[in-house]
Amino acid sequence: MNYYKIKLGDGNIAVDDTILVKDTESSAGSKILEGFKPLFSAEAVIRLENKGYKIAGKTHVGEFGLDLVGEFSYYEKQESSLKGAAAEAVANDDVIAALGVDMNGATRRSAALSGVDFLKPTYGTVSRYGVISCAASGEQVGVYAKNASGVKEIMQIIAGHDEKDGTSLKNESYDYSFVDVSGKKVAIIKELTQKADDETKAQINAFADALRESGVIVEEISFDVFDVANTAWQILMTAETCNNISRYDGVKFGHRAKEYKDIDELYVNSRTEGFNFLTKAVILYGSDVLSKNRYKECYDKSLKVRRVIAEKFEELMKNYDAILTPVVSKASYEAYDIHEAFGKVFDESVFTALANLIGVPAMVSGSVQLIGKHFSEAVLLSLADVAERKGE
Amino acid sequence: MNYELVIGLETHVELSTESKIFCSCGGHSAANEPNDCVCPACSGMPGMLPVMNKRVVELAVTAGLMLNCDINRYTTFDKKNYYYPDLPCAYQITQLNHPICTNGCVTLKTSEGSRDIRIKQIHMEEDAGKLVHGGKYSYVDFNRTSVPLIEIVTQPDFRSAEEVVTYLNKLKSMFRSGGISECEEGAMRCDVNISVRPEGSEEFGVRTEIKNMSSFEAIERAIRYEAQRHIDALDFETEELVQETRRFDDVSGKTFAMRNKETEADYRYFPDANLMPIIIDDEWLEKIKANKPAALDEKVEDYRLAGISEKEIDMLVSNHKISKLLDDVVNMGCDAKDAATWILTDCIGVLRKDGKTMDELTISSEKLFNIIKMVNDGTVNRTAGKKILIAVVENDVDPISYCKEQGLDKKFDASIVEAVVVKAIEQNPQSVQDFKNGKTKALQALFGACMKELKGAGDPAVIKALLEEKLK
Repeated sequence: MNYYKIKLGDGNIAVDDTILVKDTESSAGSKILEGFKPLFSAEAVIRLENKGYKIAGKTHVGEFGLDLVGEFSYYEKQESSLKGAAAEAVANDDVIAALGVDMNGATRRSAALSGVDFLKPTYGTVSRYGVISCAASGEQVGVYAKNASGVKEIMQIIAGHDEKDGTSLKNESYDYSFVDVSGKKVAIIKELTQKADDETKAQINAFADALRESGVIVEEISFDVFDVANTAWQILMTAETCNNISRYDGVKFGHRAKEYKDIDELYVNSRTEGFNFLTKAVILYGSDVLSKNRYKECYDKSLKVRRVIAEKFEELMKNYDAILTPVVSKASYEAYDIHEAFGKVFDESVFTALANLIGVPAMVSGSVQLIGKHFSEAVLLSLADVAERKGE
Repeated sequence: MNYELVIGLETHVELSTESKIFCSCGGHSAANEPNDCVCPACSGMPGMLPVMNKRVVELAVTAGLMLNCDINRYTTFDKKNYYYPDLPCAYQITQLNHPICTNGCVTLKTSEGSRDIRIKQIHMEEDAGKLVHGGKYSYVDFNRTSVPLIEIVTQPDFRSAEEVVTYLNKLKSMFRSGGISECEEGAMRCDVNISVRPEGSEEFGVRTEIKNMSSFEAIERAIRYEAQRHIDALDFETEELVQETRRFDDVSGKTFAMRNKETEADYRYFPDANLMPIIIDDEWLEKIKANKPAALDEKVEDYRLAGISEKEIDMLVSNHKISKLLDDVVNMGCDAKDAATWILTDCIGVLRKDGKTMDELTISSEKLFNIIKMVNDGTVNRTAGKKILIAVVENDVDPISYCKEQGLDKKFDASIVEAVVVKAIEQNPQSVQDFKNGKTKALQALFGACMKELKGAGDPAVIKALLEEKLK
């Protein structure tokens, strides 16, 4: 497949089209931002460049990262088996690592399908300066790499406070050094494993066995919050996305319709032409949950759910160091019609939404996912590392 | 039937900060050309995040303290969604759920006595840009986008247009003296909510809102027109009153209903996840309180008690810099009335002579204090003091060394003054003869000769006494 929307010559880091690279067209996979060249690079990109890494190009993403793995980019059509461009670029050694924005799971699902690692760090760890923002309260820049060591190397550079982002945590630096995992406790979540196909279940078991061999205690438990967490996150995510992409109106930059009579038509025609069906569905859903009549029962309630689930997860994490879950329901995705996308993504996000909702780190490795409490990246990376080395 | 007018106000005031509310662009007043003060953040480009300007919080709290509000220690921002080309993000960042100040009160002195107007809340928000219409196209200018505003919302406590104007004038002089806003033309904008009800009734009538007026005179006219329209509708059934938003047309002096679309908009407010809640702790609040200028009423009262004239008080309260200069020299030990004359008559006089305005006064409080002190302790006379003041105002010299250099403090050395007098008598024998012949005017000529020699620095009483003594 063609990984890059824009190739920038030789480089060792790929950057998703949802992250800005100075003077390089950055469109978040959408026609509405066709031709938009930012005046600055994202903080994560700047930090990598300062350390001598070179950007290889802008990798394709689905429009605003809203789809499963990048199948609905305006700039790239996928015909049969679906893959994420950045994950594939890493899997095929085109680059050593890639940056992606984890917002509704597309990055994590891509990593799982391509068999590479991806870490979505704790919310506030990596600056969101230069991210084409959709769901501000849960999106976070994460790293694709071939293995846990690769993720660690890049995370160590991009993590840390940035005054240009008001949600950036005050920690100046983070320590992702591997720790001893023997005696750590990991819980397999029964409710989530049940939602996955046999191949994925087998991957969970293989990963669990590899952990056990390294002295990790792995148990299966019931923790039934994921459906509720997913619904709450879909409400918050669509509302925030609807709001954040309303600035793409054809007035200032990006796509403007050729035909319009007045300002209202300019808005309507530009946006009708500029967004795909999935984005439009997200906009409709998002404006509905924010409307006067629905705000209390939808948006406001989701904020409460977020608090309750955060407490429950924290409680669970008193007994465990991480949970081990699938991140996709099946080991491969087939191409499908965009009119089915909203429901499909909604269903599939049951594995990924919790981490976005409550801001905890999630690590994809061996096509499965480890989720831990806030700032437990070092433990998640270490667990992934031992499992990966057992598998070799 | 007699009707009572019921009015509530929403007043937007542009804050005097050096930069915009969420980015480091300068305020639009610094702009010469459209889109001079614009960055990726305030023009709505993706990838930029709002970063709170702390000064905005401090000025909003100061305004709240001046209007006797409760200061909310936990305050958050919300997004208000609507599409308009002058709003680059298609949402405005404002405060809905946790505004920074609530429950205030301001007392008005009107012809009918004291009236309390309750302040419902003060919240912070960003301004929108503006559209410039020209020919076939309309253009957007984002210089004003994200300029910080506070919106002061009153309860429906006004009962007349006069009260509204008194309130607005009070806010204006308060905010100018407090360094909160310059309140220049257009920097203070009002939405007026108005209804009428039969006198004695407790229930509110149908309310209309007149949007976005900035001249006080227009506000007064709009209220009078709108009140009469309501009364006519009730008395003569000229029309059916509906709750709606209207605009005032300055030329015809009438109000017109705005499109229904705008009045019924659902702004889909929700919390802004990019801005963390602001916590105002005790330490910060105390710091803001300490820097808060004295409440205007107290200050005016202090000035009155000090014997400063009403005209001078008006000048002082409308200019923060000038009133601060006065407060500073008074704190150093000067008499307030005396110091006010030095500032408002002498300093301003010098500036005026040079074609400058009050705002261009740069004299430091230390220098002014030294001049006043030299005059008061008799080091120099007032004429010499004024001469020093001119030099300080125009060239910022050091008053004490200037006084020495120019020899203005000579009169202190009694022997020098005596020598000058003796010299004058010796050199003007004709005048001495005339004086002795009974021409008292001749003394004036001798006196003038002494003053000339002393470069105007002598104490007239001392010189006259010496002359009379020597000529006896």
